[in-house]
Amino acid sequence: MAVTVKVVDRPAGLARQTFLPAIAEGLGVTFRHFIKNWFGNTIGRRNRTEIQTIEYPEQRKKYPPRNRGLHRLMKRANGEVRCVACMMCPTVCPAHCITIVPEDAPDARIEKRPAVFEIDELRCVVCGFCVEACPCDAIRMDTGMHAWPSYKRDGGLVDMPEMLSRAAESIAVQGGVGAFWREKVKQQPQTPVDGAVSPPGAPLGPVPSSEPGSRR
Amino acid sequence: MNVGYGTIWFEILTAAIKFIALAIGFGMGLASILTWMERRESAMMQDRLGPNRAFLRIPIVGWRWRAWGLIHFIADALKFMTKEDFVPPGANKLLFSLGPVLAIAPAVIVSAIIPFGPTLCLGELGTPVSQLGVCARPVAMQVAHLDAGILFYFAIASLSVYGLSVGGWASANKFATLGSLRAASQMMSYEVTMGMAILGAFLVYGTLEPGAIVDRQVDFWHWGIITQPVGFLLFFTAAIAETKRTPFDLPEGEPEIVGYFVEFSGLRFGMFYLAEFLEVVFSSALIVTVFLGGWRLPATIDGLLRDLPLWAYVVIGIGVWSVKVFVFCWFQLLIRWTLPRFRPDQLMQLGWQRLLPLSIANVVVTAFVMMFVH
Repeated sequence: MAVTVKVVDRPAGLARQTFLPAIAEGLGVTFRHFIKNWFGNTIGRRNRTEIQTIEYPEQRKKYPPRNRGLHRLMKRANGEVRCVACMMCPTVCPAHCITIVPEDAPDARIEKRPAVFEIDELRCVVCGFCVEACPCDAIRMDTGMHAWPSYKRDGGLVDMPEMLSRAAESIAVQGGVGAFWREKVKQQPQTPVDGAVSPPGAPLGPVPSSEPGSRR
Repeated sequence: MNVGYGTIWFEILTAAIKFIALAIGFGMGLASILTWMERRESAMMQDRLGPNRAFLRIPIVGWRWRAWGLIHFIADALKFMTKEDFVPPGANKLLFSLGPVLAIAPAVIVSAIIPFGPTLCLGELGTPVSQLGVCARPVAMQVAHLDAGILFYFAIASLSVYGLSVGGWASANKFATLGSLRAASQMMSYEVTMGMAILGAFLVYGTLEPGAIVDRQVDFWHWGIITQPVGFLLFFTAAIAETKRTPFDLPEGEPEIVGYFVEFSGLRFGMFYLAEFLEVVFSSALIVTVFLGGWRLPATIDGLLRDLPLWAYVVIGIGVWSVKVFVFCWFQLLIRWTLPRFRPDQLMQLGWQRLLPLSIANVVVTAFVMMFVH
């Protein structure tokens, strides 16, 4: 099989061979971008520049509804935590980052509740298995927040009061509505799947400050 | 100990003050700011924000002063100083410590011959410049007055090859050694072109002393860039190759290839880094001196300033020089993101087969023109 050879000449002319006019044109492009971005950004308003950077954490991109972030615990109608310390989530967690110490709940129908519910967010692999495993819609990862940096290794531990600070009331029925849930859903007015009071992805709780060392 | 004018102590004292102000104050300061400016200016050219977050907390009001992120250069310096000092096992400890020193020392010493302002006349600080006669006690705004000043620059700049060769060898890392070989070959190739390119300027001005070169650039049409345009381009290109800036930065080749300072961390790397920016500052200063009129303003503006007292004229001269050096450093940063990087073989070919014949031709043509003009 013959190989065809195509000869391409080098650019002709002194101007094109030294590349000097091309360099000057390129310098013009970079210079124009620099002037537009520097004076549009530093001295003028941001919208006169071509800068695409989003300045986290003051500006946030919109996360999709299934985005998994920092954990939060959900509350019942009376303000109590929904978790019954059934230990499904620490069992299924592949990173072994959930620690639950159960205690007796005063209500006899809800037998247990967690005394200590701690998640080491540094170990968490953000897989969402705990959310899938929970039968009570007690734990969710829809906060849209990220684990915060800290100077110490145990800065990643989030405990129950902190997770409850992001809590919302869940309208899920404890134990489920039974095998014929599809009929019941058709009878009810359509609510969003998550059912939380606030829309998923919106930051809940205080916006984290950029102070070094502060627990947010 | 007589510190009067004319004694050796006066010379030493003034030289020390000028050196500290120029090399440490201006050079180190501008080189440190260039570490921030490079990142921010690169970002501005690439349609993104650069570092703009580091702040200083103002004590009483508790404000956070961001200053467009200028504080980052202090943060970088603190970071370099607090990192772990790691010497790789098997490395030659003496040479490993010596490498950064050999890199930064020539970069600082070359500033000695750069004239950064008009000559100060002791005892006549208040007289207007137009009424100055011959000065009885001049103090040149130049650390060392050497008749072969530009040769001194090239001699000391050649010593910076030792820094990177020693550093690459002492790292006990084959990739670092190869990187230092690349860098050494590149630097040696472009030193020849630099010398040849400035030979044209030497023919035009008749002197190698930088203060005299600036004195002879009396108006804009005598500036080096007008009398020696080809020489300026050649010297500028060779200077960028000497300082190993893009497009000639394959020796350090940050995103692509392992460079010669791969095993250095913390303050040792900080010294290599700062040495590179110091070379940028002082090679810009040399180009400003020889080709862009030094501290001089164009003749019409200069005429307006002739009625000012001498101290104001000197201060303005120093300010003009600083602005010119700063703008030229900024221009070198602009070139960084305009041009793609050269391969080492393209680099060698450019240095030896294109730039060197051009610079020799420049010298020959300049010699002919000078012969016919005079």
